[in-house]
Amino acid sequence: MSTLPTAKAEPERSGFIGWGRVGLACVVVFALVLPFMSSGYHLFQYAQVLNYAIALVGLNLLTGYNGQISLGHGAFFAIGGYASAILVAKFGMPYWVTPPIAGMVCLVAGFLFGLPALRLEGLYLALATFALAVAMPQLLNYKHFDALTGGSGGLQLAKPGAPFGLPITSDQWLYFYCLGFAALLFLAARNLVRGRIGRAMVAIRDQPVAAETMGVPISYVKAMCFGISALYAGVGGALSVTIVGYVSPDSFGLFLSLSFLVGIVVGGLTSIPGMLFGAWFIEFVPNYADQLTSSLGENAKALPWAVYGVLLIALMFVMPRGIAGAVTAMAARLQRFTNATKRA
Amino acid sequence: MSTFAHQFFSGLAMGGVYAILALALVMIYQATHLVNFAQGEMAMFATYMAWNMMDSGLPYWAAFGLTVVLSFAAGVIIERVIVRPFAKAPVLSMVIVFIGMVFIFNSVVGWIYGYEIKDFRSPFPEKAWFGNTLMSSHESGVIVVTFLVLALVYGFFRFTPLGLAMRAAAQNPASSRLVGIKVGWMLALGWGLAAAIGSIAGMMAAPVVYLDPNMMSSLLLYGFAAAVLGGIDNPWGAVAGGFIVGVMQNLVGAYLVGTQIQLSVALVIIIGVLVMKPSGLFGRVIVTRV
Amino acid sequence: MFTRRNLLLSGAAGAALAGLPAVALAEDMPGVTATEIKIGQTMPYSGPASAYGVIGRVEVAFVKMINEQGGINGRKINLISLDDGYSPPKAVEQIRRLAEQDKVAFIFQSLGTPSNVAIRSYLNEHKIPQLFVATGASLFGEPKQFPWTMGINPSYRTEAIIYGKYILANMPDAKIGVLYQNDSFGKDYIDGLKAALGDKAAKMIVKEASYEVSEPTVDSQVVTLQGSGANVFVIAATPKFAAQAVRKSADLGWKAERFLTNVSVAYPILKGAGLEKSKGLITAAYVKDPADPIWKDDPGYKAWAAFATKYMTASVITDGNAAYGYSVAQVLMQVLKQCGNDLSRANILKQAANLKDVKTAMFLPGVLVNTSPDNYFPIRTMQLQRFDGTRWVSFGKLLSD
Repeated sequence: MSTLPTAKAEPERSGFIGWGRVGLACVVVFALVLPFMSSGYHLFQYAQVLNYAIALVGLNLLTGYNGQISLGHGAFFAIGGYASAILVAKFGMPYWVTPPIAGMVCLVAGFLFGLPALRLEGLYLALATFALAVAMPQLLNYKHFDALTGGSGGLQLAKPGAPFGLPITSDQWLYFYCLGFAALLFLAARNLVRGRIGRAMVAIRDQPVAAETMGVPISYVKAMCFGISALYAGVGGALSVTIVGYVSPDSFGLFLSLSFLVGIVVGGLTSIPGMLFGAWFIEFVPNYADQLTSSLGENAKALPWAVYGVLLIALMFVMPRGIAGAVTAMAARLQRFTNATKRA
Repeated sequence: MSTFAHQFFSGLAMGGVYAILALALVMIYQATHLVNFAQGEMAMFATYMAWNMMDSGLPYWAAFGLTVVLSFAAGVIIERVIVRPFAKAPVLSMVIVFIGMVFIFNSVVGWIYGYEIKDFRSPFPEKAWFGNTLMSSHESGVIVVTFLVLALVYGFFRFTPLGLAMRAAAQNPASSRLVGIKVGWMLALGWGLAAAIGSIAGMMAAPVVYLDPNMMSSLLLYGFAAAVLGGIDNPWGAVAGGFIVGVMQNLVGAYLVGTQIQLSVALVIIIGVLVMKPSGLFGRVIVTRV
Repeated sequence: MFTRRNLLLSGAAGAALAGLPAVALAEDMPGVTATEIKIGQTMPYSGPASAYGVIGRVEVAFVKMINEQGGINGRKINLISLDDGYSPPKAVEQIRRLAEQDKVAFIFQSLGTPSNVAIRSYLNEHKIPQLFVATGASLFGEPKQFPWTMGINPSYRTEAIIYGKYILANMPDAKIGVLYQNDSFGKDYIDGLKAALGDKAAKMIVKEASYEVSEPTVDSQVVTLQGSGANVFVIAATPKFAAQAVRKSADLGWKAERFLTNVSVAYPILKGAGLEKSKGLITAAYVKDPADPIWKDDPGYKAWAAFATKYMTASVITDGNAAYGYSVAQVLMQVLKQCGNDLSRANILKQAANLKDVKTAMFLPGVLVNTSPDNYFPIRTMQLQRFDGTRWVSFGKLLSD
């Protein structure tokens, strides 16, 4: 009995491949040209989208592919962010070595959290992770950690410039820096879900009993999946802290965790590229909603979130499989259309 | 010693609020097997309605009754209009719809009423009952109301044909349909009842935590924890869970680890219990069949 | 008509207006044209601190009023007020939007300690004035290190020092219990108290209890504090928790001298706690309580009430946060007037750091705004007040740290 959409493990390859290649090439060119056509402020937003996308891929591995619902991935984003900030501010490490370390810290944290969580099904896991998200800001503010975490005042970091005397601005450099990590981690995720482990993850989600009978080590795969998922969130958090230049417990509220969940569902469960859409959605759509309602006058200042809520519900109705699902469906239709014209 | 007693009873009073909220969650879970994340915000909205009525001169119990009835109607309408179209959608889509509802309720209320706290009247007298120095009358009143609601819920499911029909619809929709139960309406009814109970939780909580659009965000987690701890399919368990969470929260904070991480520790304990007993302290154990 | 008489009673007001050459080079004066000046701010319109969003709404409405009256020196003011949801990363994003896309002249009254810390380095690096940050944290008055960042509120630390001095003078044998919010707001009170009590602090402060904003109540903490045997109760809590603490301490029958942070003294909050139960509370105030009838014939209050009725809704008149926003907006107008036609960022900062005895409509009589290049704490005086069951009654002299 699956609680998740039984997405086809393999997309319809046959017709899709031509358009997929073209799409991928477009995305790559677009991503590389973008920083030379945008202002620093927009680059900051795009870099933030990439960081969110990394975290979303992690959450999607856990929730979309493995069927474990987490309402608390903001907590791992926070751990990664703090790990990076502490290493830079307290131990004087260069910022660019911290994302892998932050990822490793989160891998361990996620694995350890995943072990007891193994025994918690669906709803109960949701509660446990929800609780983690609520508790995290308080733990970061805990007085006995003040020496490391800076307490409620948080930690400030200098904004890094471009290395090796590259003739680009700091914002352009940070965008490429995040883009590099995102590309690497997207590729890794794609390979992971197409391989043996990915099939085991999906099998556990859809048919746990059968998977166990066939010799899939359920506990190990689930806990490891939790760990890897946390690793992604941690790297995203570390990168985000570098571009923002500041961490405090207030940076990682429950809202962030909820946004991540929104991001993966809107982007499309069990779609890796869809996470870019999801990240775009959670970064930009609140801003659009704000602009939409600001014409209603100053008293409407709180209303953007109502608009956002309505949009979310409408989107779930129109695109139940997220933006990626809708795009795939459209591409498939386009392919059928081209095939038909070829035959004719 | 008296400090300990005060801690215990003030925890018990808060536990009553958690318990009613947990009952509302159990209600929806019974009917639909979903956990409604928007439950808290719906209750908050209902409490504002009650405040509005009292502000325009309605006596307390009239406003109370009217709010419960209106909340029931609103719950039914929400089920028919917003939730129904997603009946066949995956669980996560439903969760996102709930999150969307949280945003809508929160910001619409903030827009209408503003974000500053408002004080909300208690129906109970200012003076404590029977010279009770440990609890204010509102605190004792909350506990009484908790048990009243529990008794009503229990009686409804146990002894009325409608209650039986609802249980049947939740447990075995296909057969229920065959014997003529309108399963769709039973779901809507479940939502209505949950919204009505939620509104009571809101009106009992508001005199303690005050009325503001974010009032439920801190309560919902504890209500959620109470429901899960007691067993999400068991009203008695939910109420017991509420009291346990309320008291534990106070004692852990005051005597064990200090208030800074009391939430974390309380939650670790709850998760620990769940690991030992995955369906809650009083929940039904479900055996997976192949 | 917007005149100095009803708005700014200061003698120095507007003195610098006349005779400045009309420099109007866009490169020198970002955000300024011949007809407009753009100002930016971030506010928590959504999220956990949304009760303070009213400050931004009042300021935007105030600017609207000024524009209807012809603006300042012939320029309309465009105050762009964006939501940051009280999240530091979002604040950074919005401030960068304001600075780089909207190209505002400066930032005014962005709210919240974490958000302001997050944007401080960026603004100082780009030499954009960050004026009158809306928080009482003592972090925002360091002209040496952050010359472009200036506070406005008397700091929480100053307020706590005033309580500490009062306790030392009047209750030398006090045993103090402190309830504080576990963040920089609450911790500033602990620091201030300890600074005022000096080496007696360890003996006099018998118990500190903190709470997290995510908790539903602080009843348990109040019980703990009473159990410690304290006879002085200092409440450093935001409105909802302050009201709970006041009520619970009365319900417990705890006979302690209670000090309440001025963040939470508004009449509706005390009404929530119960007016009878609030009797005897002491606070140090600098804003007139707009719900207090004593001000009903006060010209400042009348101007505020007329403004609120016309440009917002009558229900905000009694909101202390709104009255505060109104007064700070007046201080901003004073700065802009002093700038004359030279609205370069350097001159805006220079004028902001050169305010002399500025009076506003809703700050208490005698509470004047004063700054200098090495004093970035514009308000340093406060008035002790005691709640008599219906209103706050001032007693003693104006105090400062």
